[in-house]
Amino acid sequence: MSKTSRTSITMPAQAKKDSIIEIRAIAQHDMETGFRYTEAGKLVPRDIIRFFTCRYNGIEVFKAEFHPGTGANPLIIFTTIATESGTLQFEWQGDGAYEAVNQSQITVT
Amino acid sequence: MKTLSVFAFLLAILSSATSLAARQSSYELMTPENQAMQDDPNLNPAQFWVMDGQSLWQERAGKRNISCASCHGESKTVMRGVAVQFPKMVQGKLQTLEGQINYCRVTKQHAPLLAYESKPLLALTVFVANQSKGMPIAVEETPVNKPSLQKGRQWFDTRMGQLNLSCAQCHEDRAGLKLGGSTIPQGHPTAYPIYRLEWQNLGSLQRRLRNCMSGVRAQQFEYDSPEMAQLELFLMWRARGMPLETPGVRP
Amino acid sequence: MNKQTYLRRRWLSALGLLSIGVWLNPILAFAKKPEAIEAIAKIVGSQVPKDGRVKLVIPPLVENGNLVVLKVSVESPMTAQDYVKAIHVIAEGNPLPNIFSAFFTPRSGTANITTRVRLAETQRVWAIAQMSDGSFWQGYAETLVTLSACTEAI
Repeated sequence: MSKTSRTSITMPAQAKKDSIIEIRAIAQHDMETGFRYTEAGKLVPRDIIRFFTCRYNGIEVFKAEFHPGTGANPLIIFTTIATESGTLQFEWQGDGAYEAVNQSQITVT
Repeated sequence: MKTLSVFAFLLAILSSATSLAARQSSYELMTPENQAMQDDPNLNPAQFWVMDGQSLWQERAGKRNISCASCHGESKTVMRGVAVQFPKMVQGKLQTLEGQINYCRVTKQHAPLLAYESKPLLALTVFVANQSKGMPIAVEETPVNKPSLQKGRQWFDTRMGQLNLSCAQCHEDRAGLKLGGSTIPQGHPTAYPIYRLEWQNLGSLQRRLRNCMSGVRAQQFEYDSPEMAQLELFLMWRARGMPLETPGVRP
Repeated sequence: MNKQTYLRRRWLSALGLLSIGVWLNPILAFAKKPEAIEAIAKIVGSQVPKDGRVKLVIPPLVENGNLVVLKVSVESPMTAQDYVKAIHVIAEGNPLPNIFSAFFTPRSGTANITTRVRLAETQRVWAIAQMSDGSFWQGYAETLVTLSACTEAI
């Protein structure tokens, strides 16, 4: 798997202060489990995204750890409280020095 | 006796699975979760390939160093209505959508062919086909495609493989019945290229047809072969009028 | 009796034994597998997770185990004094029972998470929630994993 890939974030651009918003984060990644064999009988090594973090204006508000049982093109849907306007930064890290970053702005009124 | 057989004949035609009124996309047979995965671009894994296709559309390639956009335009809607016409006869040759993309690459961009099921070809195909989403499939019988269409129909009706089954025996005669716990679909190619959960990847109609053939233990048609194109033409004609769902999600 | 009768009776009794075995098997298959028990023990240590508060939703019938939508929701006020610290999902029937873990903060708003997982076979999946007060709660769901017809590999 290449060192980085496309990611997609879906979340509201605006929210009322202290309301709960839903965030959907998906990354393009095969999530090779390490349990598959090639036709020649060789084990295909594990190559997956391991960690996902969400930072809200620099403060970590959510983290997830993926294991080989996570499906390909991993999707995660979680919530956070819209405390203030600013930037939400999303980071994925995985095997083979994989790293992907995405961000989204939010205006909180 | 004669009126009885005429009546039975008419009844058979009216109740055939693919009589225009009774056609059903295999979307209807999926679980609500998988249907939701197809419907929402934010959940559909194929969306990444659509984005890749959009980038490739702008990318200069080949000895002439031009992009698809150089001739066709940059807009994301310029290919609307194109995918629903394929396969079609282009300058005397039956061309699939993938074939047409490769034709442009080789003759217009002077770039090498893109291999079937390669990421770039899938991305470009799904990017183009996605623009016709919701439009009815517009493949009709014409004097020019009639011989190919008849060939395609023949393939559909021919028994093949160790299991000695034709496409029609399952997908026409027994559509709606169960095979090993799964409901047999009518087999309309309304959503291709699809993200097949079993492949964990995007794939073309030809890949799926090869899976069907391995299912009956038959010698698979080769990618980009005339037989494949003829069968694709027949299947799209059989699905004419049904809306295009690309990119689909299937189990 | 003649040979045909004898053979038919032998075949029928073999079939009978086979079907009884198949009938018994699903019951055994749903006992907590040792790898899953070990994985859960690593999470909870010496504590015993309590049943309740954790709701795990997976479709009861899955057409393909490669991508199964899984939702966990845990009842919690999600305040700084009382919130869900983590949710761990363990699949009994997978070669590696740990599937994923989600870590929450008082800023999370809810302890709801949706993701898509791989399920190797028909099995029971567990969700263990770790609370801020150090207690563990658990919930589970069972699913039947099938395979669509005409797959690629023969």
